[in-house]
Amino acid sequence: MQRFFFVLFFLSAAALAMTPSMVTAQTHSEAYKDNIYETGTLKPRDSVLKVKVGHKAPDFTLPAVAGGKVTLAQYRGKKNVVLSFVPAAWTPVCSDQWPGYNITKDLFDAHDSVLLGITVDNIPTLFAWTNQMGQLWFPVLSDFYPHGKVARTYSVLRSDGMAERALFVIDKKGVIRYIDVHDINKRPPLENLIRELEKLK
Amino acid sequence: MKKFFWLTLLVLSTLLLSPLDMMAAGPPPVGGTLPDFTLPQPGSSAERDYLGLSSRGNFTVPDIKAKVVLIEILSMYCPFCQKEAPIVNKLYEAIEGNSGYKGKIKLIGIGVGNSAYELEIFRKRYNVPFPLFPDADFTLHKLLGETRTPYFIAVQINEDRTHKVVYSKAGSLGEVTPFIENIAKLSGLK
Repeated sequence: MQRFFFVLFFLSAAALAMTPSMVTAQTHSEAYKDNIYETGTLKPRDSVLKVKVGHKAPDFTLPAVAGGKVTLAQYRGKKNVVLSFVPAAWTPVCSDQWPGYNITKDLFDAHDSVLLGITVDNIPTLFAWTNQMGQLWFPVLSDFYPHGKVARTYSVLRSDGMAERALFVIDKKGVIRYIDVHDINKRPPLENLIRELEKLK
Repeated sequence: MKKFFWLTLLVLSTLLLSPLDMMAAGPPPVGGTLPDFTLPQPGSSAERDYLGLSSRGNFTVPDIKAKVVLIEILSMYCPFCQKEAPIVNKLYEAIEGNSGYKGKIKLIGIGVGNSAYELEIFRKRYNVPFPLFPDADFTLHKLLGETRTPYFIAVQINEDRTHKVVYSKAGSLGEVTPFIENIAKLSGLK
């Protein structure tokens, strides 16, 4: 009899272990159909931040999905720049981050800011992925080769080669004014970023 | 021994049954009912009037003065929801412009994973004319079976305030006119 209860107990424990994690809350847009790769919950942060608010933002040049290259310094004296690093194409949270920024161009404009989206994926992958988001108004840059060089320079490259989910706000003088290396499993609330842009005036 | 029996039962009910319950939840099935949840009173008086709520506190979907409530589960961050927004607005206008449907079919939206700020951006961007409710921490999303977005649920509300899900589906609602006619048929409105 006692053995029976033990069996029941272990069965229940096993059932619990098999229950999918309820921790990662995320939505999938129908836009991506079944093409989103489930990453599960990842280590929230897997890098040590070395750049700091008040530092000069390291310059870089990266190829853009739309063609040509983008250099950070080209915005010097003209626009504030928001860098949005996301971990990887075709993953759950990232796929639902830039489409939100895509309907807030007016907010970026109002604060004289441009947005640069960056991942460590190559151009063809980024092309296929961002096509599902509709027409994006901001450049998407590929930090693929040398792999994650810019992410490493900004100290947001993870040990598995993905980038952190990180936001950097760089003012017109090229100085870093805000850094949010976010929990990779969560999307940073938009109001936090907009509040930082408001402070730039 | 008896104590052990009760202990096992307790362990079973807490460990085994509750997660399985959550797993089995899925999106509300047609013929079933909505999970238990309340929504906060909308901010604007126009939206309160639209929903015809009799009390001032939080409310449930069957508290809405309607024969059918259509719930859109959406996200400001979801490209398909952005694309769908003008279609849902057309649906709203088609309902409001038809005396057979006006006041009988009502729309609400739930912005899953959206803060109030983010959902307000969506509302302004697409001039959404019906009430939207933020679900910033995914509480409702989990209750509603973690659906993809957009997702539409039509709920038939009976005179005695009982209710029944008559439509529950992911993806675009498609063409406005056939969609309303289908909902009207499924809910016995027509």
